[in-house]
Amino acid sequence: MTSVPHRTAKKLGLVIDLDICVGCHACAVACKEWNSGGHMAPLTDENPYGADPLGVWFNRVHTYEAGVGGNSRTVHFPRSCLHCEKPACVEVCPTGASYKRAEDGIVLVNEDLCIGCKLCSWACPYGAREYDYDSGTMKKCTLCVDRIYNENLEEAERVPACVSACPVSARHFGDLGDPNSDISELVREREGYDLMPEMGFKPVNKYLPPRPRRNKVGDTGAPAALDSAAPLSATHGAETSSNPLLRWVDRALSR
Amino acid sequence: MGTMSGKGKYAIDTSPKVHDEVKHTTCYMCACRCGIKVHLQDGRIRYIEGNRDHPVNKGVLCAKGAAGIMNHYSPARLTKPLIRVGERGKGEFREVEWEEALAVIARWLGEVRQSDPRKLAFFTGRDQSQALTGWWAQQFGTPNYAAHGGLCAVNMAAAGFYTIGGSFWEFGEPDWERTRYFMMLGVAEDHHSNPIKIGLGKLKGRPPERDAKFVSVNPVKTGYSAIADEWLGIRPGTDGLFVLALIHELLRADKIDLPFLVRYSNAPWLIVQDPGGATDGLVARDDQGRPLCWDTATNKTASALSPEVKPAMVGQFKLPDGRRVAPVFHLMAARYLDPQYAPEEAEKQTGIPAETIRRIASEMAHAAFDQEIVIETPWVDWAGRRHDRFVGRPVSILAMRGIAAHSNGFHTCRAIHLLQILLGSIDTPGGFRYCAPYPKPVPPRQRPTGRTHEIVPGHAMPGPPLGFPSGPEQLLVEPDGRARRIDKAFSWEAPLAIHGLMHMVIANAWRGDPYPIDTLFLYMANMSWNSSMNTSGTMQMLTDWDGATGNYKIPHIIYSDAYYSEMVAYADVVLPDTTYLERHDCISLLDRPISDADGAADGIRQPVLKPDRDVRPFQDVLLDLGARLGLPGMVDEFGGPKYPGGYPDYIVNHERRPGIGLLAGWRGILGEHQGKGPVNPRQIEKYKQNQCFWRHELADNQKFYKHANRAYLEWATQMGFIDRPEQVVLNIYCEPLQRFRLAAEGHGPLQPPVALRQRVATYCDPLPIWYRPTVDEEIAPTSFPLHAITQRPMAMYHSWGSQNAWLRQIHNANRLFINRRTAQWLNIGDDDWVWVISHHGRIKAQARLMDGVNRNTVWTWNAVGKRAGAWNLAPDAPEVKRGFLLNHLIPELIADRNGGLLPNADPITGQAAWYDLRVRIEKALPEEAGETVPQFDPPNAPPNQAPAPSILRYGAHFRGRPGEDIPPAGPVTEPRS
Repeated sequence: MTSVPHRTAKKLGLVIDLDICVGCHACAVACKEWNSGGHMAPLTDENPYGADPLGVWFNRVHTYEAGVGGNSRTVHFPRSCLHCEKPACVEVCPTGASYKRAEDGIVLVNEDLCIGCKLCSWACPYGAREYDYDSGTMKKCTLCVDRIYNENLEEAERVPACVSACPVSARHFGDLGDPNSDISELVREREGYDLMPEMGFKPVNKYLPPRPRRNKVGDTGAPAALDSAAPLSATHGAETSSNPLLRWVDRALSR
Repeated sequence: MGTMSGKGKYAIDTSPKVHDEVKHTTCYMCACRCGIKVHLQDGRIRYIEGNRDHPVNKGVLCAKGAAGIMNHYSPARLTKPLIRVGERGKGEFREVEWEEALAVIARWLGEVRQSDPRKLAFFTGRDQSQALTGWWAQQFGTPNYAAHGGLCAVNMAAAGFYTIGGSFWEFGEPDWERTRYFMMLGVAEDHHSNPIKIGLGKLKGRPPERDAKFVSVNPVKTGYSAIADEWLGIRPGTDGLFVLALIHELLRADKIDLPFLVRYSNAPWLIVQDPGGATDGLVARDDQGRPLCWDTATNKTASALSPEVKPAMVGQFKLPDGRRVAPVFHLMAARYLDPQYAPEEAEKQTGIPAETIRRIASEMAHAAFDQEIVIETPWVDWAGRRHDRFVGRPVSILAMRGIAAHSNGFHTCRAIHLLQILLGSIDTPGGFRYCAPYPKPVPPRQRPTGRTHEIVPGHAMPGPPLGFPSGPEQLLVEPDGRARRIDKAFSWEAPLAIHGLMHMVIANAWRGDPYPIDTLFLYMANMSWNSSMNTSGTMQMLTDWDGATGNYKIPHIIYSDAYYSEMVAYADVVLPDTTYLERHDCISLLDRPISDADGAADGIRQPVLKPDRDVRPFQDVLLDLGARLGLPGMVDEFGGPKYPGGYPDYIVNHERRPGIGLLAGWRGILGEHQGKGPVNPRQIEKYKQNQCFWRHELADNQKFYKHANRAYLEWATQMGFIDRPEQVVLNIYCEPLQRFRLAAEGHGPLQPPVALRQRVATYCDPLPIWYRPTVDEEIAPTSFPLHAITQRPMAMYHSWGSQNAWLRQIHNANRLFINRRTAQWLNIGDDDWVWVISHHGRIKAQARLMDGVNRNTVWTWNAVGKRAGAWNLAPDAPEVKRGFLLNHLIPELIADRNGGLLPNADPITGQAAWYDLRVRIEKALPEEAGETVPQFDPPNAPPNQAPAPSILRYGAHFRGRPGEDIPPAGPVTEPRS
C-alpha cells in the first residue's frame, strides 16, 4: 500500500570494508548506545540480567568461517539495514509505517503508524529489522538520521555512530547516488558489491571484499629463502665456509 | 531546537538536542585509557563517544567504551560499606557506616604495622593508580605489594626493560604509518586495543606502492589474525624457537644491521670466557667499571662506550690479566648459527614448515634492507655526531600475552627483541618506536626494597617495593636463600619478578610459606574467580580455618570493588568504590604512560556524575587510611591528614622528588613548566580545560633513535624521565642473568638454596634460549596431548564490570573451540558436551568445532563465565550455566623433580604460566549435557541489593517518554518476573 519513491535525491548509505573488519563489535555497541536515546528510543532489552537477554540492536556482527582446513577464512560480517532502492519492507507495509525518504533514500519506520504485524521483517531478505516486543513496534537502522543532519553536533560528528566509532575505519558513509563522491570512488576502486543482488532489491549499502592475501612466495618481492652469505673475509676466505663467524672478522666498523 | 525534515506524517526532527553538557574524561572500561566525551542530558548519560583530540584513541571507541553507560548504571554496584557477619564466602554482611569500616581497618593495620609490617599483603588488580598504591605500601612499610602484572604480561615488560629499555604496549609501538612488514605474535584481541586497531586499519589501507604485509603468529585465527595476510597457526609455547630460527636464517645470510649493532647494542662488549671461574660470562670492564671492547685500530682493549673505537665483532682475545674474552656478537652468532636453530628443527616443535620459516626470514630481510626508509631530518647522536637523516628498517613486531603467559615467555620475549635489534629496527622509521618516558637505562636503576634492614616496624621503607635487580645482592632473600616477600618475588624462584606474583599470594599465605600473614588487602582483583589459577582451590584457601589459632588461615581480608564481583563474598570488610565516571584518577607518567611515539602524554579522570550511593573513590579511602595510621607523607606536622581534599589534592600537591609529581603538564604556579616544576594548585583545572589530558609533541629531530639521540635524551633528562642524558645501550647480552647463574654455580656470598641451583643455572642464560614449557617436563604430555589457551573477546577484554547488560548480549556463554579434524578423531561433534581434563582437575564444557585453530590446541574466551549469585545476575544466567573458566584446571604450584613445589610460572620473572596448560578431551555422556562443571552455591546478595530489572528501556526518557525509563541512577524499578 505504500509507494516507494522512484528516485531519491541522494542515496545515503554505508560501505563496509571486509578486508579490515576485525569483528570487535564497536560499531554494534556505538549504534546501540546512540540509538537507545535516539530517533527510535528505547532499544529495549528484555531480561538484561537474566537467563535469556534479548535486546533490540540495529547493527549486529556475525563471525563465521568460510572454507575448511588451514586456508579457511575467519569472516567478521557486520549487518544492518541496507536502505534498498526497492525495499521489500516498505512495499509490504500495510499501514504506511515503513517508508523510504525521497530526500536521501533512508528507510525509516513511523512508529505511530506501526501495528507490529512484522510483515516487513518477513519480507526483508537481509534480516535487518528488529521487533521491539515491549513497544510492539518494528525498529531498524535509521542511518542515524538524527545525527547526520544534526545542527547540535559538530560537522565532523555528523556521521552515523557506527562510522564514528569504528577503530579500524572499516565503515564509510556518504552519497552512493553521486558517482563522484569519495564513497562511490571507493566502491569502484575496491570493487564493492551488493549483497544478494539477484533478489533485485538494489541495496544501497555496499561491502568491500578482502584484498588478496600476500602469503605466497614472491608476493612481497622477496626470494623464497635467503642465500648463505658469501665469504667476506679476504684473509680467511677458505676457512669461512667451515667457520661462518669468520665472515665478520674483517668488517671495519666504527662506533 | 529541532529541525524538521520530511513531509506530513513523515516529518521528523533531524536536529534533536544531544546534551545539556559535555564532560571530557578518560575511559576505564579496559586498560587502554582512551579519551571520552560524556554527553549529559537531564542529569543522566545520553551517550559516550571517543574524543577526536585524544592521543590514544583519536575519536574512535571500542564496544566496551560505548557500553560504559551500562557499567555505570549496573545493578551490581555496591552501595554501602559492608562487614562480614556470617561465614566467609557466604555473602553474609551487615551494612556499616564508613567510619566504622575505616576504624576496624585502621585497628588491624595499626597493629600489623607496629609488629611486623610484612604481615600486610596489599595487592591491587587492574589498578591504574599504582603510582599511589605502591607509594602507600612503601610508606606503610611492607614490601608485599604488587598489581596484577605477574598474571598478565610481566614477561613482556621484564624482557623489554632488560633488553631494550622499553617494551610493547604503553612502552612502545610499531611505526604504523611507515612499517612495511608487521608481525604480531600471540597478541589476539587484547591490550592497547584501539591503538592497535587504528594502526591495522592504516597499515592495511596503504596504497600499493607503500603496502605492508601483516603476519599473525597465533594458534587461533580470530580477531586481528582474521585480517592478516598470513596466519601461522603455531603450536603454543614454541614461538621462541620460531623466532630463533628466523635469527638463524638472518645470520646465515648475513642479513643483519652490523653498523647498528656496533653503535647501539652491547654486541661488541667483551665477555669473560673462564668456565668455572668467578667472573665467567661477565662483561670485561676497566677500572672505572666501563665495559670493554677489542679496538681493532689499536689491537688493545678500550672502553666500549667510547665513540672513537673500532670494535671487533668476532674473535677470541686476551685481557692483560690473562683471562680470555670474546665479543657478545661472537657468542650470539655462534649460538644461533648452530643447526639446532635451523628451520628444520624449529618445524618439529612449532609445526610451521621449514620453508615457511625461511620465506618469512627472507621477507623480513627484504623489507628491512631493500625497502629502507629515510627521513631527511638531521639529528645529533649521544656522542655529538651529526647525522643528515634518520635511516629506518621498516620491520615491526608486536607481542603480548600469548607469548608472555608461558614458562618460557621471558626468553621468548628476549628473542623477539634480539630479532628487532639484529634488523636494526629499534626506534627507527618503520620499526618499533619507544613511547616516553621510555627508553630507560637497561635495566632501570630502581632496586626493589624489602631487605631485612629496610623493614622496621612503625616505619616506612626507604624505597618502593618493586624494582629491577641486577644481581644476587639486590634480591629480597634471607641469608639461607628463602624468599622475604609473601609472593616470593625477587627470590631465587623468580629473580626478575618486577611486577610481583599476585597469583601466588593467597596460596603462599594459606600455607604460611614463607610466613603467615595477618591481612590481605585487595583492590580490583577478582582472586576468587578469573584472576587466580586453581580457582576452586583458591576459594577453599580463602575460607580455610586454622584450628590452632581459632581463626581463618588468612585472618583478615579487606576488599574494595565497585561491583558485587565473585571476590566480595570472601572479604571481611568491603569498601565500595565508585564507578569510573564518579571519580578523579590520574594517568601518570610515573605509572603506566599514555604517550605515543611522537609525544609524551598523561591525563586524568574527572567526576562526570555524583554518586547516588554511599561509596567513595578507593584512592580517597587509601589516603584517609594513611592519615589514620599516621603514615609518613600522609599526615601534616599536626598529625592531621596532609591531603584533606583526597586524591585530587594528592595528584596536585604530592611531589615524588622535588618538582616531580603525578602529572607532568602545567606545573608551576602559572602552569608554565612541564615535566619538572613547582606545584600548581590549579593544575587539575588546566587538565579539565584541556579535555583531561596533556601532551607534548617531540621535535622532529627527537623522534627516532631515542636511545642514542642527544636532543631526545637531554629533553628526557629535563623532564625527569632519566637521570642523565646517556646512551641507552641495547642489551643483546643480559649480564644480570649471568650473575644469578654464577651464584648458582657456587660463586659469591649469596647463593641459591641447593634445590634451586640447577634451575637457576639452567634458565638464567644471558642469551635467549628456548625450552619446552616447564610443565611439559612434569606431566606426561601423552596423557594430556592438547594445549588449552584462552583468548579475550574484543568486546569484553579487561572489562572488569563484564556483567554489562549490552556486552553480555554479545558474549554470555563460552564454548571450547576444537580443531575440526582433531574433533573428528575424538568423535566429538559441534555442540557436544565434553570433559576437559588436566593433571590438576576436570571441567565440563560445550564444544564448538572450527578450522582456524592449531590442531593440537583447544581454546575458549576468557572471563565470560560467572559464579552464580555474583554480579546480580540471575542464577540461571548463561554465564553461570554455560560459561566456564579454564582456571580450575591450572595449578598455581607444580612439583619439581626433587619433590619440591615451585610456582607454575616463568623461572625468571614468576609470570603465571597459564598458557602452558595441557589437557585431554573426553566426550561427556548424553545425560551429562546441559551445563558446565564446576558449579558453585551462590553466595547471598549484599543487604539491600535491589533486584536486577527484567526489562531495560534505557533512553526512553530522551525521546520524551519518561516513566518508561530506568531512573537516572541507582537501582532500577521493576522486580524480576
